Amino acid sequence: MTEKWNITLRIYRQKTGELPHFDDFAMEVDPNEYVLDAIERVWAFHDRSLCFRHACHHSTCGACGMRINGVEKLTCITVIRDVTHNGATLKVEPLRNFPVVSDLAVDMGVFYRKMEMVGARAVLPVTEAEIEHPPATWQPEDARYIRLSDCLECGLCISACPVAATTIEYLGPAPLAAAQDVGLRRSPELLTIIDSEDGLWRCHSAFECTAVCPSFVDPGRRIMNLRKQAIGLKLTKLFGKPGVPQP
Amino acid sequence: MNNQPSSKKFLAWFNPLGRQPGSWAFILSRITALGLTFYLFLHLVVLGRLAQGPQAYQEFLALAESPIVKLGELAVIAAVIYHGLNGIRIILTSFGIGVAHQQRLFYASVALALAGTVFFGIRLFGG
Repeated sequence: MTEKWNITLRIYRQKTGELPHFDDFAMEVDPNEYVLDAIERVWAFHDRSLCFRHACHHSTCGACGMRINGVEKLTCITVIRDVTHNGATLKVEPLRNFPVVSDLAVDMGVFYRKMEMVGARAVLPVTEAEIEHPPATWQPEDARYIRLSDCLECGLCISACPVAATTIEYLGPAPLAAAQDVGLRRSPELLTIIDSEDGLWRCHSAFECTAVCPSFVDPGRRIMNLRKQAIGLKLTKLFGKPGVPQP
Repeated sequence: MNNQPSSKKFLAWFNPLGRQPGSWAFILSRITALGLTFYLFLHLVVLGRLAQGPQAYQEFLALAESPIVKLGELAVIAAVIYHGLNGIRIILTSFGIGVAHQQRLFYASVALALAGTVFFGIRLFGG
């Protein structure tokens, strides 16, 4: 028999021109369901005006990022049992540091433009991907196989980043991680974008991006590696020696 | 609309709710930095009083022996040790060293700062 919990979903609401507020929805849920399932049920049975983003339901599209009890999560893979308990209230809010379009849906436009600006790769040769247990040596023909980039462009890292909270100009963890993935060896022109006031030196090493990333991109580590690449490139430019350190 | 970044949101930096050890380190680093800056100004004010003559100097010495001032000095010691150690942690990780161990490095910084505070606390209050 399916276990049932009674929880209250406290959902952030804000329409254009309105002040934000929270609406409470008493729900009976299976604790093994995902948070997105409960939100969809609110929309289906309680309030059709509730606005939220979602698509794939299996952590590939990155559309359903929200804050669950204050912490950034992909709601499609966040099990209710892991974030609340029977009789409790589950607070659902939109991502921080993005303009709210309506309720839980935010405008990701600026973020996507930053990803484009650094040439973020949607797919990459498997030989260049950071995968578990790679072969000791890749064969040249392996490079024809491609895989999706790890970054879902969900924006959780931007929401969790304390620096991104203070300025929209900061490139942010995902674009900087994407720049690291492209690499300064391949695209040395990226240096002018990342080595700037709102680029990689603005990161204050809180590592929240890595903590909330649902796809193991580890933006914190990549930003630190990008710093190494940037220093290497600047030094080699200074001394006239071509090439930069390998990531 | 609401929820956008703004320069006014720097106060959100100090909210540790739902955050990870990396943010706790970030928050502590800022609090200790503000504390040490305040201490520097206080230090200069006190030194300025010393220039007023021997009597002012003696008054300052009597004040420095009070438990509240000693407690303040202990807080400065704790802040200096933590801030310095966390600074080393940031330098290391910024050069790609020990990034995977940044949480452990934070815990080590706190543990060493606590140990140092206890050591100097005994020296200060133990007579």
